[in-house]
Amino acid sequence: MQVEVRVKLKESVLDPQGEAIRRVLTNLGFEEVEQVRVGKLMLLEVAGDDAGLVRARVEEAARELLANPVIEDFEVRLP
Amino acid sequence: MTDGGRRPRVAVIVFPGSNCDRDALAAVEAVGGEAVPVWHQSKDLQRCGAVILPGGFSYGDYLRAGAMAAHSPVMKAVRRHAEQGGAVLGICNGFQVLLEVGLLPGAMLMNRSLRFVCRDVYVRVERADLPLVRTLQPGQVLRLPVAHKEGNWFAEPAVVREVEQRGAVALRYCDPSGQVRLDANPNGALENIAGLINREGNVLGMMPHPERRVSRLLGGEDGRALLRALVEAA
Repeated sequence: MQVEVRVKLKESVLDPQGEAIRRVLTNLGFEEVEQVRVGKLMLLEVAGDDAGLVRARVEEAARELLANPVIEDFEVRLP
Repeated sequence: MTDGGRRPRVAVIVFPGSNCDRDALAAVEAVGGEAVPVWHQSKDLQRCGAVILPGGFSYGDYLRAGAMAAHSPVMKAVRRHAEQGGAVLGICNGFQVLLEVGLLPGAMLMNRSLRFVCRDVYVRVERADLPLVRTLQPGQVLRLPVAHKEGNWFAEPAVVREVEQRGAVALRYCDPSGQVRLDANPNGALENIAGLINREGNVLGMMPHPERRVSRLLGGEDGRALLRALVEAA
């Protein structure tokens, strides 16, 4: 099954890249955009039918490699 | 050299994408060590008493700078070596690897300017009483080059306090006179942190490149003392 892993910077971490994007959006006329945070979306094709087991394994992978807990949070989404 | 067998052996780990490994090898030899390139697939450190994790773009900086290198086979041996008190110097990308494996605290964010910064900076020596910095003088100012896009050191406030309290900051960005100032900080790193050292003083990570400053022909010798300390600890 295809599993989504969304990795984003923690709220407490400044995101200068997101801020730069917000400024450009403002210049383009999208003044209503008040904040931009840039994250990563990873799509994993995982073998197995047991959703609970797949989730547990992907979360383990995220903790070990896909996200850095010092600066990032992650979220695992199953179909 | 005639005493080749007796020179202290220093491993320079070569990851795919390392690009300062040659400089590190040459710098080790320049200060009297025997430099040994060790491929990232190696399971041991080839009888070396000290390790350099060199600068570069290991694994193309995929995912996060240093994240993939942190899980390469050789890093198990490097971790074991460090935990047994062996000397490890991580330079630039090597510092990022040390953070990713958790041998030093915190993480690197993209530079606040969002730019790759490639120029000389000044750093003030904050610790000179531990093995890997004992060739330096406290308060001494070194002029060294930086070249990175992810050198913006970050940690939660509690971790920053702990780092400061136990004196884990080895080097801080400063102006030429040694004043630690915001405008002397090339990347936005918290507390102007340019280098961190562990409690025992055998693991040092730093963003500036001492291996590029071991000869006057190449702009100066401010990096020599740090490499000498590493070779002496091997």
